[in-house]
Amino acid sequence: MPRIIETRRLTPVTKFFRIDAPLIAASAQPGQFVMLRVREGGERIPITIADYDREAGTITIVVQEVGATTTRVCALEAGDEILDVAGPLGGKIEIPPGGHVCGVGGGFGSAALLCLMREFTARGDKTTAILGARNKDLLILADELRPVCTNVEICTDDGSAGFKGFVTQRLAQMIAGDGPGRPDHVVAIGPMAMMRAVAETTRGPGVKTLVSMDPLMVDGTGMCGGCRVNVGGKAQFACVDGPCFDAHQVDFDVAMRRNKAYVKEEKQALDRLTCMANREAR
Amino acid sequence: MPVKRAEKTPMPVREPQARAHDFKEVNQGYTKFHAAFEAERCLRCQEPVCVEGCPVQIPIPEFIHAVATGDMAAAAKILRSANPLPAICGRVCPQESQCEAECSMTKNFDPVAIGHLERFVADWERTQPPTVEAKITRQEKVAVIGAGPSGLVCAGELARLGYPVTIYEALHAAGGVLRYGIPEFRLPKAILDWEIGLLKAMGVEIICNVIIGKTLTLDELFNKMGYAAVFIGTGAGLPQFLGIPGENLNGVMSANEFLTRINLMRGYEFPEADTPVRVGRRVAVIGAGNTAMDAVRTSLRMGAEEAMIVYRRSDKEMSARVEEYHHAIEEGVKFHWLTNPLEVIDDGSGWVSGLKCQQMKLGERDASGRARPIPIPGSEFVIPAENVVLAIGTTPNPLLTRTTSGLLTNKKGCLVADEKTGLTSKSLVFAGGDAVTGAATVILAAGAGKRAAQAMHEALAARS
Repeated sequence: MPRIIETRRLTPVTKFFRIDAPLIAASAQPGQFVMLRVREGGERIPITIADYDREAGTITIVVQEVGATTTRVCALEAGDEILDVAGPLGGKIEIPPGGHVCGVGGGFGSAALLCLMREFTARGDKTTAILGARNKDLLILADELRPVCTNVEICTDDGSAGFKGFVTQRLAQMIAGDGPGRPDHVVAIGPMAMMRAVAETTRGPGVKTLVSMDPLMVDGTGMCGGCRVNVGGKAQFACVDGPCFDAHQVDFDVAMRRNKAYVKEEKQALDRLTCMANREAR
Repeated sequence: MPVKRAEKTPMPVREPQARAHDFKEVNQGYTKFHAAFEAERCLRCQEPVCVEGCPVQIPIPEFIHAVATGDMAAAAKILRSANPLPAICGRVCPQESQCEAECSMTKNFDPVAIGHLERFVADWERTQPPTVEAKITRQEKVAVIGAGPSGLVCAGELARLGYPVTIYEALHAAGGVLRYGIPEFRLPKAILDWEIGLLKAMGVEIICNVIIGKTLTLDELFNKMGYAAVFIGTGAGLPQFLGIPGENLNGVMSANEFLTRINLMRGYEFPEADTPVRVGRRVAVIGAGNTAMDAVRTSLRMGAEEAMIVYRRSDKEMSARVEEYHHAIEEGVKFHWLTNPLEVIDDGSGWVSGLKCQQMKLGERDASGRARPIPIPGSEFVIPAENVVLAIGTTPNPLLTRTTSGLLTNKKGCLVADEKTGLTSKSLVFAGGDAVTGAATVILAAGAGKRAAQAMHEALAARS
């Protein structure tokens, strides 16, 4: 079983994990994900690979506590083993070289920019990461991203760090020529609402944009079709055809509705876990 | 010679009302008495035509004769010499279109219940101490991709021939469709676990969570991992959708998703198990194959009050096993024959409220040899339902072929492989099962795995 080498709390609800997984580290590419399971009877959840170190044989993931399973993952510490880690799954993010690539990270989505920006910077692209959070305490990985990007732009809703406003407002300013200037390609990774807002920001000016879709998945290998996303009017499986798609072709209304299909059960599972934890604490 | 009884000895089954609400096995299996009684019906033909109907050519009269004489050990040995998964095939094979279709008894009477007897012998074998042992005599390491029926059988045969074998499985548990697809009430997981345990006792190594084509490429199995030959048994796992309006509504699922949530992820134990599956009051399953029957009967067990099959052809064209169809009827499944789905209806909040269909009639035969359904104009109607489950077929998984150069596929995405040996377009790479044929049966996959193992042995022996 893959062992956790290092963990770090990034915010009260997000945690950084470095995991010993040499085969995955050897083949991982930016944009790919792993499927995790943390206990017998547990569900399989997709988590984007934030970074990998081929020599050390480790992968990095950042997990945000949103439901029962992610809460269970975040309870794990260095030295613990993860029951199942399978991957890398999905396709790599492909962008033609030589341009200005802007990665937009919302919340824990910023983590996935690490390996992506490093690869594009290394091949000579101009790279800008726009990181957004509600306030400066919820910003993650800015220090890790600075050495691997040409520019890092910080946005907070309350103005406690960097630009006061949404990532999309800063992105619009850049497209108009401000700061690091107009990007040739945008990659948005984060909450669905943010990715949709980014898509709407770049649609008018015609900036090519990719979004990393995060639908409900069961197996992650193409078998269930539960992760289908409507792209350009066609059903695409995020696990084998994605997870990155042309933002301007994605039907976000359907995607957001489908992601809420099990909200009731997700809450039930989380309440149950919380209740069990409270009972144990007593 | 005593007069043969005309009717098959019936399989003892649990009462429909009791069984339709839990996941315990429906068929209870023959007793010793039933088995001896049924085995006596075999004519022991000079030319056993039943064997011709079996994809792995089990010496059927021989094993049945052993049952008749009470020599269970001999029966088990004969059976296992030809079929490495008898307890599974005895439960899930479509015998009525294979061995039992050929049985000489069928000219005037019911065929001999070959499948029930196969199951009886295999279940007896499970009560005995296992006799297998690991005997690795060969140097060359062999890799098998996928722990489904073809991969398991291929690995078992290779281990028997003395090869060190590793199976790489993408999911967290071995078994393939036997694990995620076929429900507990038809194939208890304990039987699958027992078969997998035997393979492990023979020295077969199973590594889960490795996706060949992603974690490691096919070429890396040779170059980096040092395998001398590879068998591909990746199955046909990709579900098809109809492309009708409303297919992305919440509550519409592929049968693969529905069954995987329940069988592999134990959705029936939610919230003790973490994966939920929401089953509404009424479930409409589109399709009429074995997967459709599994899905519709599973929905009853998950609490649906009304479980329906919706199929654009008639019961004559249905591809499900007769036994599954009968069991479904007994359990109260409703059948909408000659009913073509047109649209999934939205309840106004993004969830399914029904399935709009049109009535069909049968026309002339089409390319598949079955009568072609033709729409009846003005016959549209809505079947109210909270879930729509699509069981209209699967296609081969592209994960491996997309990342492997020189591996030829046909236009359906199936691997091109020699019919006898399973050899693909790549040297020392063999393939079998649904990845080659498209969605078919467990026994055809098992047969292909077995033949490929022999061909791999010959290819490797010729090299050394």
